[in-house]
Amino acid sequence: MKKMILPVALGAAFAATSLSAATAGTLEDVQERGTLRCAVSTGLAGFSYTDENGKWQGFDVDYCRAVAAAVLGDADAVEFSPTTGKTRFTALASGEVDILSRNTTWTYSRDADLKFTFLGVSYYDGQGFMVKKSLGVTSAKELDGATVCIQTGTTTELNLSDYFTAEGMSYEPLSIETNTEGRANYLADACDVYTTDASGLAASRATFENAADHIILPEIISKEPLGPLVRHGDDQWADIGRWVLNAMKIAEEKGITAANADEMAATSKDPEVKRLLGASGEMGAAIGLNNDFALVAIKAVGNYGESFERHLGTQTKVNLARGLNAVWTEGGLQYAPPFR
Amino acid sequence: MSETNFAFVATSDKPQLPAPKGTTGAIGWVRENLFSSPMNTFLTLLSLFVVYSTVPGLVNWAFVNSVWNANSLDECRALTENGACWGVVRERYHQFLFGFYPSELYWRPILAFALLFVALVPALWDGMPKRGLALMGSMTFPFVAFWLIWGGFGLEPVSSTQLGGLLLTMIIGVSGISFSLPIGIVLALSRSSNLPIVKSLAVIFIEFIRGVPLITLLFVAHVLLNYFLPKGVNFDIVLRVVIMVTLFASAYMAEVIRGGLAALPKGQYEAADALGLGYWQSMRLIILPQALKISIPGIVNTFIGLFKDTTLVLIIGLMDPLGLVAPTLADQRWNGIVVELYAFIAFMFFIFCFAMSRYSMYLERKLHTGHR
Repeated sequence: MKKMILPVALGAAFAATSLSAATAGTLEDVQERGTLRCAVSTGLAGFSYTDENGKWQGFDVDYCRAVAAAVLGDADAVEFSPTTGKTRFTALASGEVDILSRNTTWTYSRDADLKFTFLGVSYYDGQGFMVKKSLGVTSAKELDGATVCIQTGTTTELNLSDYFTAEGMSYEPLSIETNTEGRANYLADACDVYTTDASGLAASRATFENAADHIILPEIISKEPLGPLVRHGDDQWADIGRWVLNAMKIAEEKGITAANADEMAATSKDPEVKRLLGASGEMGAAIGLNNDFALVAIKAVGNYGESFERHLGTQTKVNLARGLNAVWTEGGLQYAPPFR
Repeated sequence: MSETNFAFVATSDKPQLPAPKGTTGAIGWVRENLFSSPMNTFLTLLSLFVVYSTVPGLVNWAFVNSVWNANSLDECRALTENGACWGVVRERYHQFLFGFYPSELYWRPILAFALLFVALVPALWDGMPKRGLALMGSMTFPFVAFWLIWGGFGLEPVSSTQLGGLLLTMIIGVSGISFSLPIGIVLALSRSSNLPIVKSLAVIFIEFIRGVPLITLLFVAHVLLNYFLPKGVNFDIVLRVVIMVTLFASAYMAEVIRGGLAALPKGQYEAADALGLGYWQSMRLIILPQALKISIPGIVNTFIGLFKDTTLVLIIGLMDPLGLVAPTLADQRWNGIVVELYAFIAFMFFIFCFAMSRYSMYLERKLHTGHR
């Protein structure tokens, strides 16, 4: 991301000076407009894609729909902006979109330097390597001198260089722009190794004609906590985004699903469930929403686990196990603060 | 001299003999064109070999073994070993044509597209009756098309985020092409003007635009303009892109036309002056008709380049046909299919670019009135 930091920072500075006076609040803007503008990826298996009717679908897309449901009461009131790795931050900083949900890694410099607020981690990922079995490599430590297909403008580019430097190995990068391009180059033997987030590797491998001829090496060389983000300077809006995500996670912990949410709201004895679904207390009002915002969101897209299984889980072609993304009670890292 | 001295007098022409065998007909043509020298023979055989080794495979892949009725790549692979999987095109072709435009409103862009040809008739066919009046009618086309595509004034509005596919390409391409020509002519005339201010403004504009990559201008359109415009002023993204692409193409167009202007002999300018014509009269009646005729190949070249350059908008996340490939591939049912989509897109582009180049060749032949 190094190249993009200066222009984005400049842009953010412009935005900060010109917007500071004008920004009444993103929430009011969204409500006045009647639609949420959400930036997603231009296409990443499981995370954002279009179906045959031209509707956006996916794990990242579901989050946008949940926020729209919570804020506007209508999960379909979203205007999706497909963004690339290069345009995503400027689109958010310039105010062209209200929220960015595009498998974006939470890093220090993006948080502090680019002036964004990350709303939590929707998916714990890590960078891995895929090679052809015929290469006879079983560990990333044997990759000295390899040609590596690597997506530009991403954290994976920097991780790769860090890892090879730390291991005292050399490599030849082959820069690619999109996942599609990377896969094509890898299959055409233009590079020996394809590296990107492990979820992306699994998704790509699932589509190969002979998936068994390719292995994903055991080394995971980076932490890639992916999550949605908003601009600095509007804490209320950030709280809304953060708690919609948390509500989806709490709903999974408590066993609330899209199907039983109404029933749970009416009959549950669990005080946290009642607070979450707006059956008791004035919780939603504190962030400027209706008290049943979480109920509406969960009814629209389901809880965290439902969304995961629908787009990424083992029943899909992406075929990812929950792993780190299981809720904390089941040995994963997904742990939402209490709703009280 | 009496007539009887002659033994024979031919009273009619002898019938012409046919040309020697092997110099006419199919064999003659083949000999003349394909095997006239050792080099040509070699090239012919080489081409035949290339055709032989590629075409049958291609035809098998694209037509014989291909699969239309499949709802996912896996179904395709189960049905055919090495055929194209056109199922994805069957399922998504409307997206590649219209983007995410609401399907019940497809008639609007289709009508706009049909009207485009109606509007083009007076511009392309100079023998048309009442051409002046018809041209005035054509001038209203951009407004009508804008109204049809975006809606408003009684039609259901459609947002720019729903535009995509070939529709988006056509919007950007057609507006870029139709606005860049007049702007280019004005710029070219300004650049060869005697007025220093006009001239230097034109030079600065042209050199600036030509010195900056189109992608940079698109990024400016996409991102920077948002910072400079006051908040709340939401300048439509497609409109911004159209403006940038038009400015970009105009600069190139200006140089193409300036080439045409420079190629005219000085005598033409002097003759126009000698006839007592004013600047605009001489330009309209004498200089521009000749300069534009010379520039036709260059102009059409710029048009075709512009049309193809519109695919660059995928970099700023607009969903032109190429941009739609990524979200289609990300759908797990089609993940892994590549060639079929690109082949389909290439086919669409080929139709338009080929039509443009054929029209330019026709125009050149028709206008070939010089003394050469």
